Amino acid sequence: MPSFSCVNSPVCWLHQKTELMNKQKVTLLMCPPDQYAIRYVINPWMQLSRQSDPVRADRQWKKLFDILKGLNCDIELIKPVKGLPDMVFTANAGLPVDNRVFLSRFRHKEREAEAKHFRKWFEKQGINVINMPPEIFFEGAGDALFVGNTLFAAYRFRSDIRAHTLIAETLGIQVLSLELTKKRFYHLDTCFAPLSSTSVLYYPPAFDQYGQKVIEENIPDPIPVPRNEASRFVCNAIVIGKDVIIHQRCPDTVKLLTDRGYRVHETNFSEFIKSGGSAKCLTLRIYD
Amino acid sequence: MISEKVILAGHIIDSLTLPKVLDEITELGGDFAIEEIKIGRTRQNPSKALIEVTAPSHEVLKRIMMRIKRQGAEIEKPQEVVLVRATRNGILPDNFYSTTNLQTDIMIGKRWLTVRNPEMDCAIVVDVKNRRAGTVPMADIRKGDLIVVGDEGIRVIPHTQQKESEEFQFMRSRVSPEKPKETVIQEIASQMKQSRQKGKKILLVGGPAIVHTDAGVYLEKLMKKGYINLLFAGNALAVHDIEYALYKTSLGIYLNRGQSAEGGHGHHVRAINTIRKAGGIRKAVNKGILKSGVMFTCVKKKIPFILAGSIRDDGPLPEVITDAIEAQQAMRNRLKGVGFVLMIATTLHSIAVGNLLPASVKVVCVDINPSVVTKLIDRGSFQAAGVVTDAELFLRELSRMLVTSKD
Repeated sequence: MPSFSCVNSPVCWLHQKTELMNKQKVTLLMCPPDQYAIRYVINPWMQLSRQSDPVRADRQWKKLFDILKGLNCDIELIKPVKGLPDMVFTANAGLPVDNRVFLSRFRHKEREAEAKHFRKWFEKQGINVINMPPEIFFEGAGDALFVGNTLFAAYRFRSDIRAHTLIAETLGIQVLSLELTKKRFYHLDTCFAPLSSTSVLYYPPAFDQYGQKVIEENIPDPIPVPRNEASRFVCNAIVIGKDVIIHQRCPDTVKLLTDRGYRVHETNFSEFIKSGGSAKCLTLRIYD
Repeated sequence: MISEKVILAGHIIDSLTLPKVLDEITELGGDFAIEEIKIGRTRQNPSKALIEVTAPSHEVLKRIMMRIKRQGAEIEKPQEVVLVRATRNGILPDNFYSTTNLQTDIMIGKRWLTVRNPEMDCAIVVDVKNRRAGTVPMADIRKGDLIVVGDEGIRVIPHTQQKESEEFQFMRSRVSPEKPKETVIQEIASQMKQSRQKGKKILLVGGPAIVHTDAGVYLEKLMKKGYINLLFAGNALAVHDIEYALYKTSLGIYLNRGQSAEGGHGHHVRAINTIRKAGGIRKAVNKGILKSGVMFTCVKKKIPFILAGSIRDDGPLPEVITDAIEAQQAMRNRLKGVGFVLMIATTLHSIAVGNLLPASVKVVCVDINPSVVTKLIDRGSFQAAGVVTDAELFLRELSRMLVTSKD
């Protein structure tokens, strides 16, 4: 009988199971960038005067789509909705866990209306939708990421820590809360990327000292990324088994990853970074 | 100091949220006490802590609450108060809430309601319709009254939440005969001035030693200058004061010479008889029989007095209320607007009045015997400050400071 006491050990059966799961076919939700543009300013990356180029954005999104297909991922698409330019960032639709999803309740009214469209989509797939109470904001997989069986969840700029308690109680899992400190890294997935059940890429200054300690003490191999690459959103990475998709021109991180046996796929996300999102923000992993 | 209780729940140990919240409280100038903590048994089980946050001011507390709210700390939502109807006059339901002399709030209709007239050892009667609650002594409970029972939905505001500047400096230490009297009396004098400026009444609770020590004259000065607005005493103070007015003796002793008068042992009884014959103190003053003294000044200056009887009284004087419950009620009715109480040379009346006072009223207890102050404090009037000295010395100094100074 395997022991539960070595949860963070690479030889633990739970981790082996997670690694196996990672190798299984991954289903991702994406939203074509037909409606994508910078229509409002809700984070320090956005500037109305620095518009995204729709043709380039489309090209970059399709490139990502192709890479994911090439990695044998199943991709589900949700229809873009006029007036909701950020629906392209499907990572913020909710937090899917098995056959349930904690639907996002967006902090900014500009994104509020996305929730009903994502809800419809989840319901259509037969996924049980769990709502956050009206006063509790939560921005889905943008702010909550599993490392092994522990959910690391961020709060302050977009999500409310009370959402973490609710998720922990509903699922009976450990949720470790991390407070974000820098507005440029407003979601967890902008500064923290789980690579496996024992390892993450992260940008330490985006967390307060308590958060940094929680990461260091609970994850056996936390890999800090340099500041300039963190600012190129290198932590907004998609990890499919041993394949990692990141924004181009982040050589230090690429080395850190290849040294650990990862295959890195660099591609350009410049048009999405103008809105404060990169590779990971454009996808939502659906666990089935 | 003011405080608020908060609940912090979740994986607060492993997420370091609990230490972070505690650090934030102290960083912002507050303090905390963990009242309860339940640690999750496994990694999956959440933990829960009930924390009392205290701060030196409302502003600091507000800043702390805003900051720790971000960490998920939620203000403890107390339950509604439980009410039970009294089934008989003068009888309280089992498990009734027995009051303290501190400000007390009850949770009713999801809001805090402050209980009127804080008084220790009473019940809280609630008028739900008019959203009112007040303390009521057991004897005054009427059938059908809604009484607070148990201890849910009740919060008592500690006396320490008062501003420090409003407290006596000399109160920082307990009663001591070693204190320099002049500075202590100076502080009392200035507090009395402040109380008068605020339009608050000053109550004197006095014993006969005021007369025995020949301090009556200083008391009269204070009364004439408006520094005593209400007098509570027993039969004895009035009797010896009147005896002195009529015979120049107190308990048969000439106060100016310290010698006993011939037949002096009967003076006080004769004095009582004279007043009874006149129909009371007020009538004796009006008829010109009583021409000086503390009681004379009370009548002339229209200073209300309540004389409460005791089992060892001679006479008593017609104004003495001999029914203890009635006397209590009469005193209670007069306490409205009292902001300062001087208790001089009387143990039992001091404790009796102390029982009726809210803790917010300042009390100075003057006695030659240190145990009187200790007794008063032990019986719950912990706001009392003690001065161990002779009544005459105290009143002489106090009147010198208040009456001769320009205020």
